[in-house]
Amino acid sequence: MNRQAQGVVMLLLGGAILKASLTDMYLRYVKAGLQPFLIGAGLLLVLAAIMTIWYDLRHGATVDTECADDHDHAGHSGGGHGHREPRIGWLLIAPVLGLLLVAPPALGSYAAGQAGTALSAQQTTDFPPLPDGDPVQLSVLDYATRAIFDSGASLGERTVQLTGFISLGPDGQPLLTRMILSCCAADARPIKVALTGSAPEGVAPDTWLEVTGTYSTQTLADPVNGEDIPFLNVATWRPVPAPKEQYE
Amino acid sequence: MRGTDSHTPVTAPPKRRRIGSVEVLAAVLIALLLFRQPLASVLSTPRLQTWTTVFVSVMVQATPFLVFGVALSAVIAVFVPRSFWAKALPKHPALAVPVASCAGVILPGCECGSVPIAGSLIRRGVTPAAALAFLLAAPAINPIVLTATAVAFPNNPEMVVARGVASVIVAMLMGWLWLRLGKAEWIRLPHRPELDDLSRWRAFWAACRHDIVHAGGFLVLGAMAAATINVLVPESVLQRVADQPVLAVIALAGLAVLLSICSEADAFVAASLSQFSLTARLAFLVVGPMVDLKLISMQAGVFGRRFALRFAPATFVTAVVVAAGIGWVLL
Repeated sequence: MNRQAQGVVMLLLGGAILKASLTDMYLRYVKAGLQPFLIGAGLLLVLAAIMTIWYDLRHGATVDTECADDHDHAGHSGGGHGHREPRIGWLLIAPVLGLLLVAPPALGSYAAGQAGTALSAQQTTDFPPLPDGDPVQLSVLDYATRAIFDSGASLGERTVQLTGFISLGPDGQPLLTRMILSCCAADARPIKVALTGSAPEGVAPDTWLEVTGTYSTQTLADPVNGEDIPFLNVATWRPVPAPKEQYE
Repeated sequence: MRGTDSHTPVTAPPKRRRIGSVEVLAAVLIALLLFRQPLASVLSTPRLQTWTTVFVSVMVQATPFLVFGVALSAVIAVFVPRSFWAKALPKHPALAVPVASCAGVILPGCECGSVPIAGSLIRRGVTPAAALAFLLAAPAINPIVLTATAVAFPNNPEMVVARGVASVIVAMLMGWLWLRLGKAEWIRLPHRPELDDLSRWRAFWAACRHDIVHAGGFLVLGAMAAATINVLVPESVLQRVADQPVLAVIALAGLAVLLSICSEADAFVAASLSQFSLTARLAFLVVGPMVDLKLISMQAGVFGRRFALRFAPATFVTAVVVAAGIGWVLL
């Protein structure tokens, strides 16, 4: 890969990163806090690409001998011809392709089924009272933590409203699920809440639902890691469009 | 060794430029655009879709760290004079190692950025042992990572201490081990005659381009491997080894290598692996920032394959032993 091609690949990668970070697309892959760094990195990539191409066109009279790329074959003498070009650079097309052409969705029910519910990571003993509102809007994580570690004490009889997508439990029952991220989708872990009462039936996995209900004392062991999954006694549910920020 | 003639105009040998890379690149891109629909449908099975999402996420997450790390390493390579390092580090290599390990505290970032930086340091005359100690310590003991660890383990503040201490010890041990056993010829840094005879800004952008394309290409390889492991190894397999103390330590250390999670996030993953002992999770946190698939891949790119094949296993063993020892004492 010669310098001009390297410049083009950097331009594409920078452009793809900029496109993802200036729209909501980046939220499918990383935390919202990374946005300024992504924009900065995208700009720097584009600038590096422009400088590379500009210098190469201006000083283009010299034949491109990319001597920097022969780490592995020692004792290879000769005047700089017949060297290997940095073929590894071609791989940089893959993330460009992933971002611009494929643009995969945020992790959903398949990934949630592969991993155990990740409540234990958030273990605390101090639960502030619920915010105002009827029904009170809670994150799936907040509800599940209060239900398991506080045995529902801070939930009481209040009606709560949760938003999540459907994944399938051990016996095929629907679980209201939300993925939590700390950095990027590679470390995403699911938080699962089982549904009882007038639970939704026949809803396809990955459908987003808004569910209202009350605390239930039932629990279920996640077969993947043996952690407890709390239940919600469902009063109403309705399908909703997927939120902008699908991770919690 | 060679390449002194890299910028002397040479009449192009006839067989060199049959089809240039720009033309190949254009053809590849057009083909991808044409076959976009069939490609998308192939990638729509849940497993492949998860793979693609994880791969793209690792790349999106790592790109800022890579790009800023590369920019910083280019600054070191071009603008920081050689004499600065001679003054900043103790003369004796054995003393430079602990100083460089602790200097890792000041670099807030993750491991993708520290590989090109360590390469730059060696090129600027820093003794390889010290640069390698810095490479290992920086991603593990910087303030962001230690804060993340404290947040992830609210009930076990000793985890933060154990992680910091164990990581610094491993970095120093590896630095000293390199002084005793390391051979200079294992490290094959990219030869860069261009940096010496170019104007400074031109050298800066040349160094940026080279490192982004190079380390970035290896990062892609590592991200692909990590995504594959992420999809292929279901968590339920781990459940079975969690009860055996020795096996659990080795299993989580191995998992850290395979998953290649960014050091700023690995504490949260470790916290959620609650079926494992704290010592096993400490091994996960100590090994992760020092040895993982994407790092091995990037080290092979920056330092050469002969180096990476020796350095990574040695670091892995040292990290596991030290983590187990520190875990036994502190946790």
